[in-house]
Amino acid sequence: MDQRTIVCLSCPKGCRVTVKANGDDIKDISGHECPQGIEYAKNEYLNPTRILPTTVRVKNGQIALVPVKTAAPIPKGKIGEAMQKLAEVEVEAPIKLGQVIVENIVETGVDVVATRSIKAKN
Amino acid sequence: MKTKRELVVVGGGPAGLAAALEAHKKGVKDILLIERDEYLGGILQQCIHNGFGLDYFNEELTGPEYAERFIDELKDKNIDVQLKTMVIDINEEKLITALSSKDGIEFIEAESIILAMGCRERTREAIRIPGTRPAGVMTAGAAQRYINIEGYLPGREIVILGSGDIGLIMARRLALEGADVKGVFEIMPYSSGLVRNKVQCLDDFGIPLYLQQTVAKIYGQKRVEAVDIVEVDDNLNQITETKKTIQCDTLLLSVGLIPENELSQQANISLDDITGGPIVDQTRETDIPGVFACGNVLQVHDLVDNVSEESEIAGKAAAEYLLNDQEKEIEQALEVSAGENITYVVPHTLNLNSKTDPIIELFFRVKDPAEDCKISIKDNKEELASYTRPIVEPGEIESVKLPVKLINKDSNEIIVELITGGE
Ligand SMILES: Cc1cc2nc3c(=O)[nH]c(=O)nc-3n(C[C@H](O)[C@H](O)[C@H](O)COP(=O)(O)OP(=O)(O)OC[C@H]3O[C@@H](n4cnc5c(N)ncnc54)[C@H](O)[C@@H]3O)c2cc1C
Ligand code: SF4
Repeated sequence: MDQRTIVCLSCPKGCRVTVKANGDDIKDISGHECPQGIEYAKNEYLNPTRILPTTVRVKNGQIALVPVKTAAPIPKGKIGEAMQKLAEVEVEAPIKLGQVIVENIVETGVDVVATRSIKAKN
Repeated sequence: MKTKRELVVVGGGPAGLAAALEAHKKGVKDILLIERDEYLGGILQQCIHNGFGLDYFNEELTGPEYAERFIDELKDKNIDVQLKTMVIDINEEKLITALSSKDGIEFIEAESIILAMGCRERTREAIRIPGTRPAGVMTAGAAQRYINIEGYLPGREIVILGSGDIGLIMARRLALEGADVKGVFEIMPYSSGLVRNKVQCLDDFGIPLYLQQTVAKIYGQKRVEAVDIVEVDDNLNQITETKKTIQCDTLLLSVGLIPENELSQQANISLDDITGGPIVDQTRETDIPGVFACGNVLQVHDLVDNVSEESEIAGKAAAEYLLNDQEKEIEQALEVSAGENITYVVPHTLNLNSKTDPIIELFFRVKDPAEDCKISIKDNKEELASYTRPIVEPGEIESVKLPVKLINKDSNEIIVELITGGE
């Protein structure tokens, strides 16, 4: 049986929740001070996801980089691959907040969008 | 050139933006917002990570997204914005001196001023680390600007000193960009950052956090080559036998923020020794009538949401000062002070009259972490109100909402205390 301790981030208490499981089959959850901790630990154990905020190069923009993020959380395990992919991308200014910069990043079904509007140079 | 203005807002970060918008909403016609950078948004533009706006917008935004909402709202309003202009002096008569390459030196007579200059980070000098003075020692915020706005990676082998949120967030950012982050070293026995940041910025990337350790020396001639790390005891004395040397090319410092109050000092505004910001009443008015302060220039906030809320209070108060065209009538003046286990409280004074909002929010920090505790608000005779808290930490601003009707009419003092376990 696997055992892992997960810090619940649903409130500032940050309970340390212990999850015991056989593969994907969760056997026991303990250490949470309220029911929210169960839900949190379950998701974090089975499929931890994160929003990825980073930057992408801009051509002809007033600043050199545009900040971007994944429009929804993506699996934690795909973050490295997504960063590599985004390192190759360059977008032309002007850029509008919310504009899709990369569709379906590394086959996650999630788009990467701009988080700042950037004017073109001059 | 000398001009007259009703309201001048100094600083175009979230504090200045929210204050200017609120003053406009409350009817002030003539507003000038001055910002030294070439764009609005302040520090938020370099904080590209998410986690902003949960309180204010009920949504999770990144820093630039949060800023852009306010910048957009400003667009069709009659608020003048002057970028690339630095305010270099303010005097007691509310005469502002500003400098820009476009207009040169300018003098502005303001009827009212909102100070929103934000804060800056403490540097190597502020904590006196011995050693050589090579390139590669910088504040975490400077590194953040390099990476997220200018497009430079400041180093490849990184040591971070200080576990505040900016340090933790930069650990993740550098790791994502492929740098080798050797660890975050914290002199205190606890991290001063949010638990959330410790988990998502360090644990996710396998970056170790070392508590009760600090940097004792910096090596390198042109560029940082290594640093000495030592453990410290409970009195923060270095235990020299524990010294170890770590190779690195960059040392990031995340060792605290200081409100940027040179202008306030020039204007002879009284400052609080602990917060480093002006002494204000509940409307955020300083001891110069018509001059208000909000955001990080007043007290270092951990959440920008609180900055926006506080700035609306200042914006509204500036509008009332201008439009009612009268001295504030004070029926009862109270000092607010930090009692047991409390570091400071903002506002510092309460100037009450018939127009005072029925509820006043008091913001403060605790000295030590505690669980299952009670915040007690007293005057010199009795407890006026108490509020329970499951957990409090020095790294997070606490607040309580105090109904004005609980304040005794003859009282001239309010004390905030933290009462911990078993009492
Ligand atoms: C490096 C760093 C990282 C941070 N990261 C986070 C974070 O991740 N999350 C979070 O919630 N908070 C963060 N904070 C706290 C953050 O500062 C506040 O949330 C918020 O940005 C404060 O808003 P402000 O308007 O008071 O200050 P700022 O955003 O600092 O804005 C002040 C503005 O005033 C301008 N200014 C200053 N002096 C003058 C002058 N003399 N003349 C003209 N203009 C002037 C500055 O250029 C700046 O634009 C961070 C702070 C720093 C320093
Ligand atoms: S388990 Fe409940 S109390 Fe504990 S951190 Fe999660 S939400 Fe908070």
